[in-house]
Amino acid sequence: MARNEDTMADGESNAGTDERLITTDVTAGLDEESTATTDSSRTVIDARNVDFYYDDVQALDDVSLSIPEGEVTAMIGPSGCGKSTFLRCINRMNDLIDIARFEGELRLRGKDVYDDDVDPVALRRRVGMVFQEPNPFPKSIYDNVAYGRRIQGMDENMDEAVEQALRRAALWDEVSDQLDKSGLDLSGGQQQRLCIARAIAVDPEVILMDEPASALDPIATSKIEDLIEELATEYTVVIVTHNMQQAARISDKTAVFLTGGELVEFGDTDRIFQDPDSDRVEDYITGKFG
Amino acid sequence: MSNESAPIDLRGDRGFQDLRERIYQVAFLACAVISVLTTVGIVLSLAVPAVGFFQNVSLGEFLLGTQFSPAIRPKVFGVLPLVFGTLLITAGAGAVALPFGLLTATYLAEYAPPGRRAVLKPMLEVLAGVPTVVYGYFALVYVTPLLNAIPGLELGTFNALSASIIMGVMIIPMVSSISEDAMSAVPDSLREASYGLGATKFDVSTGVVIPSAASGIASSFVLALSRAIGETMIVVVAAGQTARFPGDVPGLLTSFFKSTQTMTSAIIQLGLSDLSGGTTAYRALFAIGLTLFVMTLVLNVVSDLLVQHYQEDYD
Repeated sequence: MARNEDTMADGESNAGTDERLITTDVTAGLDEESTATTDSSRTVIDARNVDFYYDDVQALDDVSLSIPEGEVTAMIGPSGCGKSTFLRCINRMNDLIDIARFEGELRLRGKDVYDDDVDPVALRRRVGMVFQEPNPFPKSIYDNVAYGRRIQGMDENMDEAVEQALRRAALWDEVSDQLDKSGLDLSGGQQQRLCIARAIAVDPEVILMDEPASALDPIATSKIEDLIEELATEYTVVIVTHNMQQAARISDKTAVFLTGGELVEFGDTDRIFQDPDSDRVEDYITGKFG
Repeated sequence: MSNESAPIDLRGDRGFQDLRERIYQVAFLACAVISVLTTVGIVLSLAVPAVGFFQNVSLGEFLLGTQFSPAIRPKVFGVLPLVFGTLLITAGAGAVALPFGLLTATYLAEYAPPGRRAVLKPMLEVLAGVPTVVYGYFALVYVTPLLNAIPGLELGTFNALSASIIMGVMIIPMVSSISEDAMSAVPDSLREASYGLGATKFDVSTGVVIPSAASGIASSFVLALSRAIGETMIVVVAAGQTARFPGDVPGLLTSFFKSTQTMTSAIIQLGLSDLSGGTTAYRALFAIGLTLFVMTLVLNVVSDLLVQHYQEDYD
């Protein structure tokens, strides 16, 4: 997937991108309702004018937003609104799809992840991901957690690292005496926490979660939600969810995508849910649309 | 359209349907029984003459004898040289087919763009459709002279090496096709999980896809090897008819360069010779056939056990 050359002509030369670490100023010409910058925290991920296409179908339309460090940012919206596509742009998982095409800028700590010199493998080692369906490898619990560290050559102190990751994922107490059991033998909720342990074992900066609780029952879901809030003390978490109550419960910032891949509103979760600027967002949140 | 107040008619046509279903059931059962009966018949037709053979030659003499000389006095009927020849050539074929087949499958399942896979896979499967007698003459006429051109390598006109290599080529499609099916059945969610952790394509293939497809890959190996054990024409044409049983490792390795007889080629030799029906040598044909049958049966059972043991459901 080639990055569109147009981005080089939008007033910024590529040569300057490495030095600029944080982009906090609102770039002129941006749609004001689709952008919110926060004074209180550092920006980790900064998207500017992101368009995304699957062949001829546009999945994201001029999306700009800044995701702050150490908080939970939720992406909500109806099916097909582009929220998962946006999430997968961040760690370039969309590269795996032949017909996908990205335009615009998407910076991780100032570095455009679609620059030619960026290796998606190196990027994904800093941006972990948890998927909708729990997808543990058909390996032991231990090997599941150790997998990411092994492929990254982080072989030392493996036992401690595995234990720590499982503790952080609130799974250690349930599996500590059966680490060589297959990860597939766990319940759905445990499998998802195993996948979270697997993602944090390699110590990423950002964790992307694509509807991580949608395949789980309410009790398992509430455990995952508690865990997400806990994780936000150490990591930046970006979570896609179709469950508005979940977004309201666990996130600090909320981005609302509506049909056509348009980011309609982005801001503090409390404000979005209590007093959104956009009527369309209000309609969606109150259930009149979507 | 029925009147709203009248009860609807749900009686259908039970009698006719029941009869039709019964006819289908009997017809399908008959087909299944035919193949089972054929198998039983073959086993019996092997076993009955073999019993006659074992009245003249003891089971121990047959199974443990290291000499096979059915035509020249003193006639001895040790099956070990034939088993050795069979395993030698099968091992050689496996050494060619297993790595090449597995790597080919990995390429097809993980690396090849869909368009290229659609072209390559059928082309590869054509290899399995080449008549084995053609493979045999190809080994004899082209491969052996080619190998002899390598300095320091001196092969007999008939030798186990070229037969092994060509037999290996023949069974590559079995390994690659079944392994590729198993690897393609590994859910993409596992690949995504691996890529999401910063894995390269090679990490994903070797660390996730191949282990997850282990049962299918193992059964492709066993199926291909049992195909090699039973293969006849290639060895008859290219490997020669000398039963040998080396006592040591160097002898084992140099056997590759010499004429070697397998169980299948011994059966052909006995069958085509001017032995009359009632002789011990003629009956030896059936004892060898039965041994071959038992060996492939064991391999098939092993294959089933492997599949069960490594079976992973991905949910």
